[in-house]
Amino acid sequence: MNWITNYVRPHINSLFSRREVPENLWTKCDECGTMLFHRELSDNLNVCTSCGHHMPISPRLRFNALFDGGIFTEIDVPLPLADPLQFRDQKRYPDRMKAAQKATSEKEAMLVAQGEIGRTPVVAVAQDFGFMAGSMGMYVGNAIIAAAEAAVKQRRPLILFSAAGGARMQEGILSLMQMPRTTVAVEMVREAGLPYIVVLTHPTTGGVTASYAMLGDVHIAEPNALICFAGPRVIEQTIREKLPEGFQRAEYLLDHGMLDRVTRRSEMKDELVTIIRMLMGLPPAVKGDLPAPEPEPAPADAPAE
Amino acid sequence: MTHYLEFEKPLAEIEGKAEELRALARKNEEMDVEKEAAALDAKAKTMLRDLYKNLSPWRKCQVARHPDRPHTKDYLKALFTEYTPLAGDRNFADDLAISGGLARFRDRPVVVIGHEKGHDTKSRIEHNFGMARPEGYRKAIRLMDLANRFGAPVITLVDTPGAYPGKGAEERGQSEAIARSTEMCLKLKVPLISVIVGEGGSGGAVAFATANRVAMLEHSVYSVISPEGCASILWKDAEKMREAAEALRLTAQDLLGLGVIDRIIPEPMGGAQRDPAVAMASVGDAIASMLAELVEQSPEKILNDRRRKFLEMGSKGLAA
Repeated sequence: MNWITNYVRPHINSLFSRREVPENLWTKCDECGTMLFHRELSDNLNVCTSCGHHMPISPRLRFNALFDGGIFTEIDVPLPLADPLQFRDQKRYPDRMKAAQKATSEKEAMLVAQGEIGRTPVVAVAQDFGFMAGSMGMYVGNAIIAAAEAAVKQRRPLILFSAAGGARMQEGILSLMQMPRTTVAVEMVREAGLPYIVVLTHPTTGGVTASYAMLGDVHIAEPNALICFAGPRVIEQTIREKLPEGFQRAEYLLDHGMLDRVTRRSEMKDELVTIIRMLMGLPPAVKGDLPAPEPEPAPADAPAE
Repeated sequence: MTHYLEFEKPLAEIEGKAEELRALARKNEEMDVEKEAAALDAKAKTMLRDLYKNLSPWRKCQVARHPDRPHTKDYLKALFTEYTPLAGDRNFADDLAISGGLARFRDRPVVVIGHEKGHDTKSRIEHNFGMARPEGYRKAIRLMDLANRFGAPVITLVDTPGAYPGKGAEERGQSEAIARSTEMCLKLKVPLISVIVGEGGSGGAVAFATANRVAMLEHSVYSVISPEGCASILWKDAEKMREAAEALRLTAQDLLGLGVIDRIIPEPMGGAQRDPAVAMASVGDAIASMLAELVEQSPEKILNDRRRKFLEMGSKGLAA
């Protein structure tokens, strides 16, 4: 994903200077086939300017657009044990990790940050589908726990953007254990009386949907996002019949009562601010493109595992 | 008739011969075959021991899925009294993949919940091969809530290939049902004890096994995905299930090492299917001893310890 490089912070750019010029300046929309210029596409938050199709977006790019003035502070995530099972399929797990880290310039599949949106302090956590399909392993679990702890400590709402193929198979049973682990994290936020808003993005499947992504106070999805437990291919193989049009897409889930809203990416920030401010008992937000807030002190007391 | 697994074929031959000899002798009284038959028996016994001494992870999967292994229905009969099934999720249906209700375990009132796979074609279809739909998880949530309010410990018996991948199940919120069931496990102020008696398949298992104590029968398996599923995704070849089973660390022995489970319940030689009564009695004793560790604890401690256990899980890796 070459468009990312233009938006990663400058010091990262300098580390990966050879990636500064994307090799491929054009991206084809997977929905309508229109060729989109990378800058135009990223300015539009990776939503096709022709058909409105929502393509995956990296957590960093999303946070740049979400937080006032693009300013946010990353929250440290305690690093888990690397390769706990010494897993090996056709490649070794550490090699797959290295390849993903190189391709995304990110450490892992989750980014945790705090900052202000519409002048409302929040903790936000976003899953990176570009990093090993956003799969949920120990790190993702630690990230959600760290986010929940930060939210509770500072009495801020927690916003979670989900995007994942499911559990990270290379961590075997420990990836499955992230279902209860992250559920404990959600419980901590709930018991503190703070809002927990889930934004489900394309795709959110498997164990991720069956844990923290379905336990929000409010569920908002991006248009046409695939959201399911078992994927359509698995179901077609099981029941041996064609599935209806739009099955397991955001609008279908909205019809079946699993979501509160389906909202376009361009309108997501305003909507999140509106909902959160009401749940937090705050006055209505001042709408508009707000300048960056005063820099926040770095979270010196990052939650420890 | 004994159902032999593929890797037990040589054993089937010897045991078959011994059986044939004895059948012959029954027809012809002058024949004395006992010596020969006894020799075959001894050979079979050695072979059985050797086969089961070091079962590979994939063989363990086969044993865990053995059709003659005791199922929830059998445990309910053998280990509980006054079992009173309670049905329905109060929303849509009663899911027969999940059995559950009130019962007494060694005189103590408990709520017991388990996956039921069925034992023949008809009952397997009826119980959907132990693959629950959302209604099953919602029934379990309801029963756990009942237990919580009336102070009864919860005992869950896990034996499922996984949650049912069907159209209706998805439409009615399979993910949400599993998430809420896991959440309910974490909310209980009564002891929750889980025994994986066969297959612990993914989210369908963890929705019941987020417990204070998790035990596994010696040859049962517990995994994030079936070896076949993992092989077809990571190896692009479902036939690589042996390699996948190996890599996933899904045996009771590996999981105890990882700190994911708390104890292993030994099975009779040749697996629980060879002597269900003995296997079930061992499960009963294990439940009793785990329960004894918990019943005196305060509700807050039971709840907080369970949460802490899961928060801390996975920090030590295989080396532990």
